[in-house]
Amino acid sequence: MSDALLEIQSCCQAFPKADGEDLLVLNDINLMMKDGEIVGLLGRSGSGKSTLLRLIAGLAQPISGKVMYRGHEVTGPAPGIAMVFQTFALFPWLTVLENVQLGLEALGLPEAEIRQRALAGIDLIGLDGYESAYPRELSGGMRQRVGFARALVVHPNILLMDEPFSALDVLTAETLRTDFLDLWIEGKLPIKGVLLVTHNIEEAVLMCDRILVFSRNPGHIIEEIKVDLPQPRSRLEPAFRDLVERIYVAMTARSVEPPPRVSSDRFVGMGIEMVLPRVSANAMSGLIEAVAGAPYDGKADLPVIASALRMEDDALFPVAEALQLLRFAEIEGGDIQLTETGKQFAEAGVDDRKKLFQRQLLAYVPLAAHIHRVLQERAHHHAPRRRFLDELEDHMAADAAQHTLRAVVGWARFAEAFAYSDRSETFSLDNPS
Amino acid sequence: MRGTIPISVEQGPRGITRWDALAVLLTLSVLVFVAEASRHLLQPLAELQRTPLSLAPEYLPEYAARTTLRMLLALVLSLIFTFIYATLAAKSRRAEMVLVPLLDILQSVPILGFISVTVVFFMSLAPGRVLGAEFAAIFAIFTSQAWNMAFCFYQSLRTVPVELQEAARTFRLSPWMTFWRLEAPFGTPHLIWNMMMSMSGSWFFVVASEAISVGNTTVTLPGIGSYIALAIEQQNLRAVCWAIGAMLIVILLYDQLLFRPLVAWADRFRFEQQAGVLPPRSWVLDVLRHSRVVAVVTEPLARLWRRTFRWSLFHRAGVSVAPPRKGGRWADWLWNVFVVVLALLALWQVATFVSASITWSEAGNALLLGFYTLTRVIILIALATLVWVPIGVVVGTHPRLAQFIQPIAQFLAAFPANVLFPIAVSAIVVLKLDPNIWLSPLMILGTQWYILFNVVAGASAIPSEMRDVGTNLQVRGWLWWKKIALPAVFPYYVTGAITASGGSWNASIVAEVASWGTTKLQAVGLGAYIAQATEAGDFPRIVLGIAVMSLYVVIVNRLFWRPLYWYAERKFRLG
Repeated sequence: MSDALLEIQSCCQAFPKADGEDLLVLNDINLMMKDGEIVGLLGRSGSGKSTLLRLIAGLAQPISGKVMYRGHEVTGPAPGIAMVFQTFALFPWLTVLENVQLGLEALGLPEAEIRQRALAGIDLIGLDGYESAYPRELSGGMRQRVGFARALVVHPNILLMDEPFSALDVLTAETLRTDFLDLWIEGKLPIKGVLLVTHNIEEAVLMCDRILVFSRNPGHIIEEIKVDLPQPRSRLEPAFRDLVERIYVAMTARSVEPPPRVSSDRFVGMGIEMVLPRVSANAMSGLIEAVAGAPYDGKADLPVIASALRMEDDALFPVAEALQLLRFAEIEGGDIQLTETGKQFAEAGVDDRKKLFQRQLLAYVPLAAHIHRVLQERAHHHAPRRRFLDELEDHMAADAAQHTLRAVVGWARFAEAFAYSDRSETFSLDNPS
Repeated sequence: MRGTIPISVEQGPRGITRWDALAVLLTLSVLVFVAEASRHLLQPLAELQRTPLSLAPEYLPEYAARTTLRMLLALVLSLIFTFIYATLAAKSRRAEMVLVPLLDILQSVPILGFISVTVVFFMSLAPGRVLGAEFAAIFAIFTSQAWNMAFCFYQSLRTVPVELQEAARTFRLSPWMTFWRLEAPFGTPHLIWNMMMSMSGSWFFVVASEAISVGNTTVTLPGIGSYIALAIEQQNLRAVCWAIGAMLIVILLYDQLLFRPLVAWADRFRFEQQAGVLPPRSWVLDVLRHSRVVAVVTEPLARLWRRTFRWSLFHRAGVSVAPPRKGGRWADWLWNVFVVVLALLALWQVATFVSASITWSEAGNALLLGFYTLTRVIILIALATLVWVPIGVVVGTHPRLAQFIQPIAQFLAAFPANVLFPIAVSAIVVLKLDPNIWLSPLMILGTQWYILFNVVAGASAIPSEMRDVGTNLQVRGWLWWKKIALPAVFPYYVTGAITASGGSWNASIVAEVASWGTTKLQAVGLGAYIAQATEAGDFPRIVLGIAVMSLYVVIVNRLFWRPLYWYAERKFRLG
């Protein structure tokens, strides 16, 4: 236990829902981190990995379990743990130098040492010559370098990185990643361990010694994968590709479970507690067409099609999941395969597509079926938004309920299943013609 | 590139540069001015009465200086108040429950009516000295800015980006350092803008509060306001014109020496930078920034300032996060009860005070008078809308025109409308017009600009693509106004109209009663009612008048403006 840099003991975290009950977002997380490791937390958005990072940073407290840093429990921001933020979190009114000095000033060091350490950090991270620039004058990549320098100059033992490259374009992200890895391998960084949160599978395999794969509802670790490939790693190596494929399989196998079919003999409202992904019908059509077309012919490898469509995993998964929900496709073992309906959809014209979509929507999305039934039962075919929102909020957090309702409105509009007026906030069967 | 500029400037002669000379000159003149104007503060009140005001124009610079100093002091006080009050409201959930609604009410209360009450209080603080009366005047200006500023800063504090807050916490900045490194800078641009916008209101108050008579005590502080009051008494139109001229110069100096440098300086604190908009500039700021003497003097101060960041109110190791809120329900409940009881107690106090000397019919009468004033406000806002919305849209959609018009309008807006009253009033007297109608426009003289400014801002914020679409589809004439211009400026218009209507209520206290020498003009309305009660020193009626006016303002805001605002935000806000 004493050689552990960081140890997380069965941590749980929850946030309050609208009805006063708690929504569990992290369930029984255990993690041990040793000196000299880069550990990756990989998962879809909403799997609680950023929440875990905030617990370690001392920005929040778990409802149960402990975060131990070098044998002491973390109860607030601890000295020796620094963080790099996804959106950089630079102070726009401070120059590069002043931003980097911020953490040192808070340590109460003498002025000369503050300056010397800040300049050394700026030098190390390749920001020479930019000392007096303001963040707004810099490109995204340079801004994140400031973020790195600011975290490194306080000489932390653990560096927390919250999707540090995801706000950058592909080329800039690659450069920054490589520069960081080079410094790390050469032992030039004053840190003992790194915890990296990411949703990008290749990034995790490129950088980490160990990857913890997270799943959702509630967030928990489903697999731990050791990466033994020597640095520097290449994306083209077969071993690298195998590892990526393996993680894809792990992530699709358990996160996407086919929901039950709605049948009329079950009681009304069954299955509406499902949180729906906000995916546009256009994105779904696009993926169906891509998979149906050459060279895939109705079946494609997810990592392959992700890179062919230049989509991030985090953007591709929800679309694939929505297709599975509507039975346009099946997902298994890292592959996506169109169903018969999916193939029909790919062939059909605009009107037929809408009909198909409506059929699948009302058959497989319980919430859509529920709203449709309520509207039909009412004499004037109108119902207020509040009515369904309240129902949803019994099962999920308030913002998830709003997202779910918005998603179903988007699909229903495409399918012309029912109408919604944002001005009066009512659902109806009206069809403006 | 900026990076190529060396950080330390070592080249050039070591002597004094012209920047230094200018900066020293500026600083010295400000010091002399402050010393000169504050010399009289500790004089006994009797001294003030022995040297009566003179209408000779050569005294005006001194009077102007003293008015300006009052303004400056009030600004500093408002700023301190803002930092403390807003921070308390934003940091403590319980304090917030009381402080924010209180601010909301204070913003709607016509403080002008309260001047008389506060004069008595402040005079008792420093009996027999000028200081007490000065305090009262300064407090009046303070009330015209402080609520606004505190509210604006509170809102800024609530919207500090989460990731910056988290960064400040992970790097373990002390609360003191977080305030000065994060929260205060984030709120600064908005705050300065707010200060500038409430300037006209403040000048209005400073002028109104210099010559006050409560019952049979009359206090006249030397200043532009009392100069004008004397000029009115003596029907001296020439002196009024002199005063207007002096006011113009004072506002110009304030703008050039204080606000323009502040705005230019605060530009670096802006969180999001609009592309293509030139940063504001100020020659004063340039002079100060270029001067090495200023740099030499300010550097140790800045160093000292940074030293304070090492202080920590709590022990550094003990920085901890609040545990998840589980308990505290009982404490919350107790707190709620405490607040309600306190509010009821206050209500009861006011009710007994007023009811002791006021009958129900009197209260009904005040309500009726309030209705008259309400009618005036509605008509005036409608008229101002008809005039300024089209002009604002035209100005806003023509950047060249805006560049030219904006500074002029800003200048006019900062001008205290009550300085112009004597001219209008003398005209009404000479032409024998009906005061019920012709005094009314004075109410909106100073507040109409809010509508213009906001509409101009809204029109210039219309994305150029949207305008291009209009041109491309040949949307012209009334259709263009109906479908593009008016919806786009609507949310901005509502914001401006809310401010204008609130200000007009306040101005009615000064605008519904006016005099020219011995002639008294009076319109029927709540403002006149409060003004009369003030003059008679009739406190129950002052309180009644103010309570009724606050009631009207709050009800109109809640039932009309606020729903309209949310509707506009939902439906028409771009982006």
